[in-house]
Amino acid sequence: MPDKAEKHRDGQILSGEDSTVKMQVEVNEVKTEGDYNSSPVYIYHDWCKKCGICVAFCPTGTLGRKMDGSPYVKAPEKCIHCETCDRLCPDFAITGAKR
Amino acid sequence: MKKIPQKQIHKYLRHNKSFPHVWCPGCSNGIVLGGVIRAIDEMGYEKDSVAMISGIGCSSRMPVYVDFNTAHTLHGRAIPHATGVKMFKPELNVCVITGDGDATAIGGNHLIHAARRNIDITVILINNNIYGMTGGQYSPTTPAGAKATTMPYGNIDNTFDICDLAIGAGATFVARTTAYHAMEIQNYVRMGFEHKGFSLIEVIAACPVIFGRLNKRGDASSMMRTMKEESKPLAVFEALPDEEKEKFYPRGVLVNIDKPEYTEKYANLVASLQKKEEAE
Repeated sequence: MPDKAEKHRDGQILSGEDSTVKMQVEVNEVKTEGDYNSSPVYIYHDWCKKCGICVAFCPTGTLGRKMDGSPYVKAPEKCIHCETCDRLCPDFAITGAKR
Repeated sequence: MKKIPQKQIHKYLRHNKSFPHVWCPGCSNGIVLGGVIRAIDEMGYEKDSVAMISGIGCSSRMPVYVDFNTAHTLHGRAIPHATGVKMFKPELNVCVITGDGDATAIGGNHLIHAARRNIDITVILINNNIYGMTGGQYSPTTPAGAKATTMPYGNIDNTFDICDLAIGAGATFVARTTAYHAMEIQNYVRMGFEHKGFSLIEVIAACPVIFGRLNKRGDASSMMRTMKEESKPLAVFEALPDEEKEKFYPRGVLVNIDKPEYTEKYANLVASLQKKEEAE
């Protein structure tokens, strides 16, 4: 069977031979479970529909996208608590508010 | 319940309804709902002092999820129902959530006459340029040339501007913003509630699943980026030369004037007639 390359919406190749981001995702997967106290951004995965708006409009690149499209906290130290993800999330599933 | 983000929003949601909500991934209706709830929270209104009325459509599903006095009424007839609520209880803060097809096609006459009457209702009109719920038929606001399920070769109608219609009909507060400018949604909804008289807030919204797919606009985030690029604040838009104005549309408070409000005029009329009767 030929190796089918899975492409992300942005054009990045996620799996297959040319995959560059796959390893990075797996390494960072430990950080995905956000918490109010331990992480600047908390993601409520039960309500998330993986539309990608929070990742696209995060001004500092705090958020990243997993293989399935769901967001995760890639660089917690970069968060400036601007609440952009908070306001632009259509599903009320993410908060970057300072507590 | 688990730890939940956005406590401010969750205070106003009906948690016995099924969540996540019914809208497609990337739909702007959720952003508008967030903005409306933030505006109401900012003003400190009691839950019981707000009435939210809607017709039929994607956006009109909104009152189902929020814990105010809500009514999910007939197609296009949200504004007449809201007028009834406002006349019976003028102390309520009445808002209407409606879509472009709901408010300008089947309910166009009601929009015009509510604006002319200047009754104190806040209409939040979510304009996604298509009938999303029924499968993508073209709506009055579908831009000229854009594709829809019933216009597969491009729309041959002229582009329709809802804000111009409302200004022409005599609305006293008209604002336009986009779903990308979430802070503006919150501010304009707050200004609309505070304004005495008919206020219309048009929110340009993204429908990535139907309008975006048919017109090759990309996913939700790229549609919202287009909104950011195509809309200009009113002052910047007016300073543009005429040939460049066609590429952009203005956003901001387009009209904000004071006129006598309908329920107050009605109450004054009733009081004056009662006084006359007592004197006789």
